Amino acid sequence: MSILVDATTKLVVQGITGREGAFHATRNKAYGTQVVAGVTPGKAGQDVEGIPVFNSVDDAVEATGANTAMVFVPPRFAADAILEALASPVETVVAITEGIPAHDMLRVYTHMKSTGKTLIGPNCPGVISPGVATVGIMPTQVFQPGRVGLVSRSGTLTYQISKELALLGIGQSTVVGIGGDPVVGSSFIDILGRFDADPDTDLIVMVGEIGGSEEEQAAEFIAANMSTPVVGYIAGFQAPPGKQMGHAGAIITGSSGTAAAKKEALEAKGVRVGESPTEVAGLVKQALTE
Amino acid sequence: MDLLEYQGKRLLASRGIEIPPGQVAETPEQAREAAAAIGGKVVVKAQVQIGGRGKAGGIKLAENPDEAFEHATAILGMDIRGHIVKSVWIEAASAIKKEYYASVTFDRAARKPLVMLSAVGGMDIEEVAASQPGALVRRHIDPLIGFQAHDARWLVYHAGIDEEAIKGTMAVLHTLYDAFVSLDAMLVEINPLVLTEDGRVIALDAKVTIDGNAVYRRPELADVGDILPDDPQERMAKERGVTYVKLDGDVGILGNGAGLVMSTLDVVALAGGRPANFLDAGGGSKADEVVTALEVLLSDEKVKVLLINIFGGITRCDEVAEGLLTALGKLGATLPIVVRLDGTNEDEGRAIIRDRAPSNVVVEGTMLSAAAKAVELAKGQA
Repeated sequence: MSILVDATTKLVVQGITGREGAFHATRNKAYGTQVVAGVTPGKAGQDVEGIPVFNSVDDAVEATGANTAMVFVPPRFAADAILEALASPVETVVAITEGIPAHDMLRVYTHMKSTGKTLIGPNCPGVISPGVATVGIMPTQVFQPGRVGLVSRSGTLTYQISKELALLGIGQSTVVGIGGDPVVGSSFIDILGRFDADPDTDLIVMVGEIGGSEEEQAAEFIAANMSTPVVGYIAGFQAPPGKQMGHAGAIITGSSGTAAAKKEALEAKGVRVGESPTEVAGLVKQALTE
Repeated sequence: MDLLEYQGKRLLASRGIEIPPGQVAETPEQAREAAAAIGGKVVVKAQVQIGGRGKAGGIKLAENPDEAFEHATAILGMDIRGHIVKSVWIEAASAIKKEYYASVTFDRAARKPLVMLSAVGGMDIEEVAASQPGALVRRHIDPLIGFQAHDARWLVYHAGIDEEAIKGTMAVLHTLYDAFVSLDAMLVEINPLVLTEDGRVIALDAKVTIDGNAVYRRPELADVGDILPDDPQERMAKERGVTYVKLDGDVGILGNGAGLVMSTLDVVALAGGRPANFLDAGGGSKADEVVTALEVLLSDEKVKVLLINIFGGITRCDEVAEGLLTALGKLGATLPIVVRLDGTNEDEGRAIIRDRAPSNVVVEGTMLSAAAKAVELAKGQA
């Protein structure tokens, strides 16, 4: 078992004929994901390494039964692509695109909530259930099957932590990159809830960073609603206040949102927090053997 | 992208919010001429992208054009928390009866626009929010429906806006929300929004932050231009579109992805070192971007050791290694460089460095050992 992405996932890749879209669609398929279709308006009838291309998501779903969409469409057109996927029978949308205007995402998010569907991202590395399927751009060799769930705001940091876990022989049930933009489809809380309900996830690692208050909210949620243990990591203890770090979201405002404040909020609710990726892996190992 | 006060004010004024008559001046002489043209008492205001200007002495009242000249002489060139004042805004002094606060911003947690209003403005609004939470009222807006008349009514009545200012304040709120959407803003804030002695509601300040991802579709921002930082390395980085921040130590840091870069800073500090700067080459770094990154980092003389920490996803480690060799060939840098490469094409990347890099480049296997090695080398150089 796993969450969001598994052996039943049938993926349609929007923007499949672009450089990145073609590269990663092919890699996802090679890993074992059922990549059943691609969409590029005006290119129906073509194929990318044997994956058939359609003009619309609806056409792709009708022909192939796709249930999940991955968005590689350039930022100016990405909000429309996500809305197209939400308007189709597809249930889960994973948006990789970086640089979508925040106001577009406000409207997309508000609409998405009314559909009851799931959006991961944008500006995220995707989702992988190691050994089963991957949807996104993660370097698959870093991950191995296991029983630890991982949810993160940062792509490369996700790989780093997974690598540290692998060095201790610990694998993952599913790894979810939720993205670092100001408005993302799924929050830490959304993903923590799914992991908590997954019988094959024994422990969850939550990888946060400075800025916003999502980690603090997650701390409240963990204490009130969850039975699965959580180990936390927050990047940015040394980050200078008031400096932007590249993610629009990672801006420290005043005293709240600092790494120290987040660590304190999590520890107050019984979540162990490591100060380096190596320490996090050690805490996970320790928690699993208790 | 943060706008200067006068840029934000002009954008609000063009939508119908009243502002005092004013002009921009880049020299004391221009300030004198502006004050003469406006007539009467004027306020001379430093134009920098940071708050706390008043406390720093960047805002002065002038009785006449000669005083405006004197104040502008003092304020121009002033360093306000790292921002050098290059222009001043000269505007007619207002007869203030009451000061309010109004803003529209992104509430990241709720994922909705948030409108805030207070009848207690003009000072540190964070202090007001902390000490008198009831005095700052907040209302979330559904972005698919937009700001409605009932929202405006709810805000002005709950904030306790004075009777004679209610109509004017409601009009300002509607325009402020329209500006938030039509400028693709992350923040539009007026502090203070004032009720004048003669009963008008006008904006005495404006803080506008635009979403950099949406500037392309806002032609009215074309002549606003992005303001480049004063620091030479930060300026170079911004011109080349990479995220760079200068710090106080001696270990230069290059990483890919904001989270990993921040984590690298932490690990260097845990190893007992002090970062000199950091540069985020982005999640999808290519060889030429690595060359650009190294040019920026190595132009900072405080860097004694460079730590390169790359975890390849979209980024391919062999491309990073090629970029490093190209940069070293071009720049001829001889300082110690510690490299850690993991992820996509890691073996190819490490082989390129092992076989072809000069002897000042050291490869380490883990992030922790790379940080420790960089700190050790920096101490040896001290």
